[in-house]
Amino acid sequence: MTGKGRFFDLTNGKASRRTVLKGLAAGAGLAAAPGFVRYAQAQSSAPIKIGFQAHRTGIGAAYGRWYERTTAAAVKAINAAGGINGRPIEIVVEDDGTDAARGAEVVAKLANQHKVDIVYGTLFSNVVVGSAPTAGELKIPYYVVSEGYHVASGKLNRYVFQPGITDVRAQVTSVAPWIAANAGKKVTMIFPDYAFGYDHRDYLPPALQKAGAEVVAKIAIPPTESSFTKYFPQIPSETDAIYHVMVGPAVLTFVKELGDFYGSSGPKLFGFIDSLEAVDINSPGLEYLDGSHFWEGSPRYAQADDTEAQKAYRAAVGIDDNGAAVADAKDVSTAAHMFGCWETLYVIKKAMEDAGYTGPGDRAKLVEATEALTEFAEGPEHPQGKKLFNGKIHQCFGHQNISKLEGGKLKVVHKTTIEDGMYEPEADYTKQSL
Amino acid sequence: MTEASTARIYGLHIAVVAVLFALNFLLPDYHHGLFARILVLATFAMGYNLLFGYAGLLSLGHAMFFAAGLYGSGLAITNLGFGVVAAFIAGLGCGALLSLIVGLLALRTSGVAFMIVTMMFAQAVLLTIVYFNQWTGGDQGLVLQQASRILTVGGASFDLTAPAVRYLAALALFAIVLFLTLAIVRSRFGRVLVAIRENEERTRMLGYDTFANKLAAVVLSGVFCAAAGAAYALLFGYVGSNFASVQYSILPLLWVLAGGAATTLGPVIGTLFIYYVTDIASSYTSAWLLIVGVALILLVLFAPKGILGAVRKRWIGWLP
Repeated sequence: MTGKGRFFDLTNGKASRRTVLKGLAAGAGLAAAPGFVRYAQAQSSAPIKIGFQAHRTGIGAAYGRWYERTTAAAVKAINAAGGINGRPIEIVVEDDGTDAARGAEVVAKLANQHKVDIVYGTLFSNVVVGSAPTAGELKIPYYVVSEGYHVASGKLNRYVFQPGITDVRAQVTSVAPWIAANAGKKVTMIFPDYAFGYDHRDYLPPALQKAGAEVVAKIAIPPTESSFTKYFPQIPSETDAIYHVMVGPAVLTFVKELGDFYGSSGPKLFGFIDSLEAVDINSPGLEYLDGSHFWEGSPRYAQADDTEAQKAYRAAVGIDDNGAAVADAKDVSTAAHMFGCWETLYVIKKAMEDAGYTGPGDRAKLVEATEALTEFAEGPEHPQGKKLFNGKIHQCFGHQNISKLEGGKLKVVHKTTIEDGMYEPEADYTKQSL
Repeated sequence: MTEASTARIYGLHIAVVAVLFALNFLLPDYHHGLFARILVLATFAMGYNLLFGYAGLLSLGHAMFFAAGLYGSGLAITNLGFGVVAAFIAGLGCGALLSLIVGLLALRTSGVAFMIVTMMFAQAVLLTIVYFNQWTGGDQGLVLQQASRILTVGGASFDLTAPAVRYLAALALFAIVLFLTLAIVRSRFGRVLVAIRENEERTRMLGYDTFANKLAAVVLSGVFCAAAGAAYALLFGYVGSNFASVQYSILPLLWVLAGGAATTLGPVIGTLFIYYVTDIASSYTSAWLLIVGVALILLVLFAPKGILGAVRKRWIGWLP
């Protein structure tokens, strides 16, 4: 994996607009020359360069670290099996600082300076939304692993895809019936007052209502908050279950204060593991979560019924049975999300092979080939499970896991069907021009 | 000021704009796009410099003026269907109104209190943006679709997403604000601002209405920053609340300090310097903030008045 950029790449960049015109003319002449066949062959074995827009710094750094590791493992596996169309993958990493403005610059840098074939790997939704216009303007396919509803909503553009991880709307829609049946009919939501929380705020209430339950209170916590006790009196006494999706370093304080507030009693808890990704579930202060349930995209802890594909994936990425790095038991992974990197890279491989992708000139064909995909079978390439892909909204749909925390480990107690998370598409990117 | 020095000063500024124009044809793709962004953000820094460098008012809340332009134009397009020109004017209007209100209230304080009050106003603007997330998109922000970013003047259409058009539009904005700043700081009003910076009591005693002059400086500064924000939304198609965060109040201060406060060309030099140190360092290490920090410390040690401040002190005393 390389992460080194060059300053003023004059060998690859263009020195002037006039030079480009001369270059095009010369290139056309070269293509017609007898020696061009040999040149084309040399190109065909050159690596496919995938630009990785990584959160190496900023609030997404813990996720970014594991996204890089998963990416490295997937690339190693793909290259060992012959690469894409016989060409190895080369990953070019640029740090976006988990910042939307920098994200857009990174997409431009990867496309124009590093001359990558595509851009991939972004998680945080503000970075995705901030970068999408640049990807669209440069007409470079941009495969994100973000889980936000922003892609499927139709607000981005034809070059943005999310084929390796389900979106929050589908996740919420999938788990709502289980919550209504098992946690309680009256639910209070506690969510961060920013984008990630909004998808939950907007899509859980109708899904619960459909399942015969209701949201009795929505408590939005401002992103700057560091203490939560003052919000807990807003939780109605009739609440059967608290649905929490707090994210960030304040989650430990949140859980501890919630435990102090309710003592040994209180409503049932259902949370999204996003809150505790890369955090040891047995950390001091999290005792109150014992016995509660969580959504997990892919299980953190090895399960008794893990498939061979899941076992192979965990070994390749380097996580032990507790979901921590094999080399360091304290280095807890972001297992619920990072599988999306692995699966997205295999989707890219499949789409490039379907498109007969040879270089940036085939980007439009790659977009169409990705849109033509419909289904990804469970197996080594998709260890989390089978997925369905909707080419119109550029979004995949898959299974969700509901796990119970007991004995210091998360055990999967329910797996939703793909159909549980399906919703009526609101957009059609294929109508946009390429 | 002699006619010779006036010619020299305007000649230098025209030459800078001419060089930037020439770079449109010379820069490689990535740097061409990055320069367009830098020119817009340098305009933001010039707005900040007018208040901080010349009037001596240190604000820690200028992100709100940039955000006023950004959201003023962005929301006008997404919700009201405005065209590019009308949206840009809407952004300017939002910046003018906000800076007038903030100026009227914040200028009742001075020094550290002014810093804190401006920071609090900016925080209130940020939280307002997040609170009304149904319209603003909250921290996730909004995308302005390419189709809404076509500038139509007379019968001609210019696609602001085209690299050359975007660069030249950014350069035009930069040049206009640069020459406006130059005209202001060389005017009687500009000299009053410098007098206020140096000794407000004495300026008042000489009969100047220092409050009115400072308020005018806040509004002009706010409008320049809003112009940069509106241009950012229209040229780059993204409107996000991170631009209203404290980070974007600190950044123009850093750019101005690095380039040279109270120099007309310092903001663009500082923005270029910080941007490229960040860009190059982040290609080599995830500890790029450390490198940026070390660069700033070295700058403070060896050129405490910024790059152009040092140049003016040692070699070119006539730099405005």
